[in-house]
Amino acid sequence: MSVREDILTAIREHHPPPRELPEVPDFHRATDNSLSDLFSRALARLDGKTVAEPPTDLQMWLTETFPDAGRICSAVPELEGTVTPAEFSDWAAPADVDVTVVRTPLGVAETGSVLVTEKELEVNTIVVLAQHLVVLLDPADLVENIHDAYHHPSFQQAAYAALLSGPSGSADIGGKTVHPAQGVTTLTVILSPRPASEAIPEGATR
Amino acid sequence: MKPIDQARNALAFLEDDTHEHAFDQLIWGLRERRDAAAREVPEWEQLRTLASEIKEHTLSNLARYLELFEARAKRNGVQVHWARDAHEHNQIVYDILSSHNVEWLVKSKSMLTEECDTRAFLGQRGIEVAETDLGERIQQLDDEPPSHIVGPAFQKTPQDVADLFHRVYGSDPNRPDPVYLAQVMREQTRPLILDAQAGMTGANFAVAETGAVVTVTNEGNADLSANVPKLLICSVGIEKVIPGVEQLAVFIRLLTRSATGERITQYTSHFAAPRMGGEMHIVLVDNGRSQRLADERFWPSLKCIRCGACMNTCPVYRRSGGLSYGSTYMGPIGIITMPSVDIHRHSELPYASTINGSCSNVCPVQINIHEQIYEWREVMGAKGEFSATKKAAMKVADKLLSNPRAYRVAAEAGGSALGVLPRFAIYNRLNAWGRRREIPSPAEETFHQWYARNRTGAAQPPETPAETTEAKAVDDERA
Repeated sequence: MSVREDILTAIREHHPPPRELPEVPDFHRATDNSLSDLFSRALARLDGKTVAEPPTDLQMWLTETFPDAGRICSAVPELEGTVTPAEFSDWAAPADVDVTVVRTPLGVAETGSVLVTEKELEVNTIVVLAQHLVVLLDPADLVENIHDAYHHPSFQQAAYAALLSGPSGSADIGGKTVHPAQGVTTLTVILSPRPASEAIPEGATR
Repeated sequence: MKPIDQARNALAFLEDDTHEHAFDQLIWGLRERRDAAAREVPEWEQLRTLASEIKEHTLSNLARYLELFEARAKRNGVQVHWARDAHEHNQIVYDILSSHNVEWLVKSKSMLTEECDTRAFLGQRGIEVAETDLGERIQQLDDEPPSHIVGPAFQKTPQDVADLFHRVYGSDPNRPDPVYLAQVMREQTRPLILDAQAGMTGANFAVAETGAVVTVTNEGNADLSANVPKLLICSVGIEKVIPGVEQLAVFIRLLTRSATGERITQYTSHFAAPRMGGEMHIVLVDNGRSQRLADERFWPSLKCIRCGACMNTCPVYRRSGGLSYGSTYMGPIGIITMPSVDIHRHSELPYASTINGSCSNVCPVQINIHEQIYEWREVMGAKGEFSATKKAAMKVADKLLSNPRAYRVAAEAGGSALGVLPRFAIYNRLNAWGRRREIPSPAEETFHQWYARNRTGAAQPPETPAETTEAKAVDDERA
């Protein structure tokens, strides 16, 4: 008998009595706060920043916010940058990126999370190896909670899907969270509607 | 091998007040933050019930969900392997790595690979493994196992880490500042990640519907370990499978809140298919889990989602440190899982508990932890897995508790004795309660003495059941 069959047989012989799979409600809650407000407050808990008013000139905002940044990786049409993800043949190469700019297809108000997949990133490491991460989020792409978030088609289709909820951190020394750990030093989410020309994505495809 | 003496091991930890105090504060802080996070969610208890029911449903259909998971993962282009035990797991991992000529690999935190001692296995065969989780790396550098499943190095103070990094990396020993120390680690670890030939991760969840392995981290190290090298191996315990993303949402909402009091971690990552131009392997590991599934008393421990809340709330864990358990899993969850791995070696663990029930109350998947601890004590008793000291104490207790008069005499004598005995008679090796702790001063009289003084001749105490031996004994005494 193969190892696989051996394990599965052992399990089949010893299953506990059958139990029903419960329905999971959506747990929507009535609130006076807008999803954007809830989102930015949740993101702030893990030291992520929200820019509520999109800058009229993204390039200028970037220069002012990250004056020392030389290498800008842009994965969005709104910004030129100095390098695009397609230019990285080696996935370790984005280690020299100062700022990555990417648009998210989904924001989660409950947790202050933004979703990224290989569809937005092309090279997944641009979102973790860069020193700073700037994410454009259309407020129309916000959902209330994690239950809603998992309805997004990316979770069915993407090879890599990550919910990012703050700059990388660690509380492993002394229990107090410090930044950065191995990922980005700062995470800034700009609430910025999609350009009219850009269609709302159907979700990532592999 | 001799049974692990948790109480004696704890003494080493308690030698130094700085560590005891810092650890207790840190761990209790997590418990308080968990409470605040739970209070913020009106449906918290409903989520716990759902999580428990989902896990019970999955475990009662585990074979089917594992097959679904495997089929979907294969369809995603992932190679799926099965391992009956730790050795098979390590061998599979080694074979994959050696067929790619890997000599250097980065890894994110995985309790399963701790369980399998994978790092040592690979190291002996010429493959070097660098942990990329800060806490896990600290423990690796200091050649110690994790002291907590969420924060492996919680038992170390920042000064301990500063000294360790000075020894290993030559950094400033006089800067016990977590920001500085994290920076040192980042500078040291990044080159290892960028040059790695392969990456390994564990799994918090394995989603049958999508074939995705889900990791939950704060540091981004799992995302780097999985994405930078072209070769990825995920080690997954078979109990980690859940039906679909609808169910995943319930666990994601509970896990971090229960662990640290935050709503979510910085990175909640889903790896379903190999990265472009890459290769992804999943190793499904049994290692005693199917056997535990067969035990009608202890199978619910397989519901565990490794949040550490039971440890954080446990007074014994907080006051003795995680290393004292001498086992992969520590605290209440360790007490109920480790004996099924090696009953003799872990025969003393079920006594490292006050059975106050707090662990069960905070468990996000409603495992009846304290009841299982009690049941393990029964198992140890039935199997004769009692230490000589406990056997002797139990014999005396048996005599006293079955004879009310003898009990009362002993209780009165014990109370008086505590007041007059020299310290060496109370604070000695045989009395675990006297180690590193002051015994409370005895009451001036026992309840029976008080009762006799205040109520003699009064009516029967209303709550005393008339037919019990105890009640009869009271009557006898009066007569």
